[in-house]
Amino acid sequence: MPRGTPRYTADTKLNKRGRPAFSFAAVKRTVGLVTEFYPRLFPAVCLLTVFSSAVSAIPSIFTQKVIAIIGEWTESGDWTAAKALIVRQIAPLIVLYVLSLIAVVLQTQLSAVLTQGFLSKLRRRLFDRMQNLPIRYFDTHKHGDIMSHYTNDIDTLRELVSQSIPAVLRSGAVVLVVFCIMLWYSLPLTGMILAGVAAMMLVSGKLGGGSAKFFVAQQKSVAAAEGFIQEMMAGQRVVKVFNHEASSAADFDALNEELCENARRAHAYANTLGPIIMNIGNILYVLIAVLGGAYLLSGLPNPAVSGMALDISILVAFLNMTKQFTGNINQLTQQVNAVVMGMAGAQRVFELMDEQPEADAGYVTLVNAEIAPDGTVSESERRTGHWAWKHPHGDGTLTYTELRGDVRLVDVDFSYVEGKQVLTDINVFAEPGQKVAFVGATGAGKTTITNLINRFYDIEDGKIRYDGINVNKIKKSDLRRSLGLVLQETNLFTGTVMDNIRYGKLDATDEECRAAAKLAGADDFITRLPQGYGTLLANNGSNLSQGQRQLLAIARAAVADPPVMILDEATSSIDTRTEAIIQRGMDKLMEGRTVFVIAHRLSTVMDSDVIMVLDHGRIIERGSHRHLIEEQGTYYKLYTGAFELE
Amino acid sequence: MLKKLGKCVREYKTPALLTLLFIVGEAVIEALIPFTTARLVNEIKAGVDLAEVAHLGVILIGMALVSLACGGLAGFTSARAATGFAKNVRHDVFHKVQEFSFENIDRFSSSSLVTRMTTDINNVQMAFMMLIRIAVRSPLMLIFSVIMAYRMGGTLATSFAVIIPVLAFGLFLVGKKAMPAFRAVFRKYDRLNESIEENVRAMRVVKGFAREEYEKAKFARASDDIRDDFTRAERIVALNMPLMQLCIYGNMVFVLLFGSRLVISSQGRLLEVGQISAMITYGMQILISLMMLSMIYVMLTMSAESGKRIAEVLEEVPALREPDGSAVTEVKDGSIDFSDVRFKYSAKSERYALDDIDLHISSGMTVGILGGTGVGKSTLVQLIPRLYDATEGTVRVGGVDVRDYDLKALRDAVAMVLQKNELFSGTIAENLRWGDPNATDEALAEACRLAQADEFIRSFPHGYDTRIEQGGTNVSGGQKQRLCIARALLKKPKILILDDSTSAVDTRTDALIRQGLRDYIPETTKLIIAQRVASVEDADLILVMDGGRIVGAGTHAELMASSAIYRETYEQQTKSKAKGGEE
Repeated sequence: MPRGTPRYTADTKLNKRGRPAFSFAAVKRTVGLVTEFYPRLFPAVCLLTVFSSAVSAIPSIFTQKVIAIIGEWTESGDWTAAKALIVRQIAPLIVLYVLSLIAVVLQTQLSAVLTQGFLSKLRRRLFDRMQNLPIRYFDTHKHGDIMSHYTNDIDTLRELVSQSIPAVLRSGAVVLVVFCIMLWYSLPLTGMILAGVAAMMLVSGKLGGGSAKFFVAQQKSVAAAEGFIQEMMAGQRVVKVFNHEASSAADFDALNEELCENARRAHAYANTLGPIIMNIGNILYVLIAVLGGAYLLSGLPNPAVSGMALDISILVAFLNMTKQFTGNINQLTQQVNAVVMGMAGAQRVFELMDEQPEADAGYVTLVNAEIAPDGTVSESERRTGHWAWKHPHGDGTLTYTELRGDVRLVDVDFSYVEGKQVLTDINVFAEPGQKVAFVGATGAGKTTITNLINRFYDIEDGKIRYDGINVNKIKKSDLRRSLGLVLQETNLFTGTVMDNIRYGKLDATDEECRAAAKLAGADDFITRLPQGYGTLLANNGSNLSQGQRQLLAIARAAVADPPVMILDEATSSIDTRTEAIIQRGMDKLMEGRTVFVIAHRLSTVMDSDVIMVLDHGRIIERGSHRHLIEEQGTYYKLYTGAFELE
Repeated sequence: MLKKLGKCVREYKTPALLTLLFIVGEAVIEALIPFTTARLVNEIKAGVDLAEVAHLGVILIGMALVSLACGGLAGFTSARAATGFAKNVRHDVFHKVQEFSFENIDRFSSSSLVTRMTTDINNVQMAFMMLIRIAVRSPLMLIFSVIMAYRMGGTLATSFAVIIPVLAFGLFLVGKKAMPAFRAVFRKYDRLNESIEENVRAMRVVKGFAREEYEKAKFARASDDIRDDFTRAERIVALNMPLMQLCIYGNMVFVLLFGSRLVISSQGRLLEVGQISAMITYGMQILISLMMLSMIYVMLTMSAESGKRIAEVLEEVPALREPDGSAVTEVKDGSIDFSDVRFKYSAKSERYALDDIDLHISSGMTVGILGGTGVGKSTLVQLIPRLYDATEGTVRVGGVDVRDYDLKALRDAVAMVLQKNELFSGTIAENLRWGDPNATDEALAEACRLAQADEFIRSFPHGYDTRIEQGGTNVSGGQKQRLCIARALLKKPKILILDDSTSAVDTRTDALIRQGLRDYIPETTKLIIAQRVASVEDADLILVMDGGRIVGAGTHAELMASSAIYRETYEQQTKSKAKGGEE
């Protein structure tokens, strides 16, 4: 049962005739994927489909024979004599029917399994690939667009696999079988039918092309109307405050009118196509009857593969076949659009699959460590509370370096887009336990620096070292495990409060999670929730206040207990009183760790060991709060409110 | 629901009725075609008269042409009726939302309104089209085909007496079993998509905690779970096809076997060969009609939920009633009075969002309102332009109860800059003219100078013609706030309310804006909600709010002496001296 109907999007490629372009490569790849997922089931389902539909085309042979027998015996009226002959024809027909029914049951049941299995595997593959994509991908693609791969595009693929491909196979098989039978009986009559079908295809091609054009136009006005609706619904309060109801309604009416007009055209085309094709079929049927009748009476020779002479039983069978033939050709042409749409969806899915995954050449890993009294570090099987970098060298030796949280950026340059440098000559030395703050306007490059430390992006020039090891050598997942992250935009997951805290350390006990919540100052409000730690969060924790969500995010980082923390504008968009509570949690969290803080409010960074003032990707001032105030530079101006931090 | 939606057909009743007419015509002819074809086949069989064959052929082609005309016209009229109906529904919903008060908007979220206006209306449009095309055609075809089959085949048609109930019952059973299964799985499917969205949005967290593998495993579980449910539901529906084939095959065998017996034993008097193939055709038509009917049944019940959601919006009663008859159309001055006002957002909520509010503000005063989040500051000011109505007590503007004003007149006199600012796609000038559609360029520039926005607007390459992207994403937060203030100033209001509207503006600019307001529009009453004491320090009156009540009122000096909360906030903010660049 289709939900999202396939649709033309504004960027659907069109060929010269106004139809979306057909891509053979995409068909091949889709079929290849299904085969890869189900190497036995898929061919089996295809064979069963072909078999069951081919069988459904055969009865006309038996009808023809039965009618011939009737013709012979009608005058004598001797039913008992005719009965034996007729039953002899019908018996194999029944056998065929039973076989076909078995095949249909198997085919439909298996194809339900196949379709859903394929979709699930495809979704999972898509999702797995997506998890491995670099942050850059998510920063440069709209989330709505990424989502539509999972909703619209996979829906069109579902349509393709569950309906279009079987329909094409079915109709194709019937057309082929019927065509062979027709050739068997009579070549001239077959020729007539072919001519009629050609006329039919021509009309449907013309109409179909026109309809595609209108569907594209419709899709464009749908997009325009939806965009307007979205904006107006979101801004409805402003509309009210400005008494703007009448004028926004008028704007909407114009868009609505246009949408209606384009939708009407597109649907009118699509709606008339059916009756036209069907009635061309009807006319063809009559023509075959009349011309065939004339042909029969004329006594002209009937060239046929079988060499049979033309008689009434053949003509009757032919008439039935005409219906079958045109009906199925019609089915085939109708599938063309669906297949093309499916292919467009498939191509978009493949685009996401083909994105370059995040490269990771790191080989230094994070292991549990035992530290002997003399300071030597060795690897341990169990959790010791100490960690070390396990560093294999080219000569086969292994060294262990204790995880301490010493982060250094040396002469770092970076640009998101080649040629537009965002960071230049960045030098930062953070010793274990130090608090380093970044201050500057939006776009000055504060967040970018933290993006480089955890390798969301890779630097262009210079070096970043973690405990003396070049971060490029460290396995990314281990590097990130050693860096805690609290972002301005808190993202919580559907699940309980406890689940959300445990996200920081999957094997944390309930006790550890509670302890982390206490440290962050979140325990207080959590225990006051109706179900405490078992309270379900949904929609990014929409049942919590902004401040409470932020406290949970801090608890989540705390339970991971990393030696280095990155706090990116973690307390903005919170009122000053709530901020004070969160600040206490953060202060606790920061104790004994290397911390990078990005803050909007200078009050949160004043006690940092060093404050870096960034401007256009350069560090223009650095030092302690007192030092910078004395210098009376940019920091001083920010502090006194002469500059705007936006 | 049907009544509400039915009203939206309006001017498209004619094409809808025409569609029905054409469809009836098409169905009648389609039922006659096999009948005439049977006669044609019999003529050929008899092989007597080619003229007669040609005559019947012409009749048949004529019928096909009429059927084509009917079908084609029905295609056009139904498209017209259905898209027109959808247009009217969209129109009604949109205009209804324009009548909504804030209270109504709160009840529906904006994203749910968008879904209702897009996906749901689409579903209803498709359902409407199905209804006028196929829902009439299928039963008609069914009835005509049965009648014709009886007329032609006589006793042979008794097979339908068995097949139709069997198939109908079978299809009904399948539909009944499958539908709840599908509904359940669609809900799960929506949740799966939500979890993908969650993952995409939280990608920095996922990667930051190196949780890619964990997320993959979580997704695999959810996806496989849905696969199992979906497969179960689809396997039920997959029974339709074999069931249908069983009936077709059964009918074929029956007709061939008993038809031939009838033909032969009556020596062609009771039944002729032509009728046999016609019976097969009618059999097909009957079964296909049944199949269509069951499909429509499923589709209609599915779109009924969309219809319900749309009807909810249409049936919503706007929470604000305009005064009947003699509404006051002029606001005399900018004085504001609250007498014994209490307010709660919904009748069900236990706690009052505002309680015990008694307040007089004279025209031209500057009033600062201070307090933590959720203490009722925004709620208080929203009662002034009657965005909500007070639950108890009265709010007066210019000495007149706000409920006695013509709503448009009241809101024209009270300009409000909301906490959640929205700019719309269009140029800066277009956005500003929301305040006054007839404002001259000079007036725009003047308002912008007051709001300290003129300078940065002129620094843009296209100045006042710079386009604002949807959601106003191409201007910074502080710039957006200043544009919104300018937009409100253009209304030349008697009362100006700034609800935390300068939070992203630096203190110096903030002070300049306040200075400008004081100097250039002294007669306008100004209400300023702020987080920073500095933003309200020099106001004529400062209100300190807590828990929905005004807990302190007076000038800065008075409050420093009398209000503990005020003093505490002031000291906290000045001690940390975080004056600069707050968010």
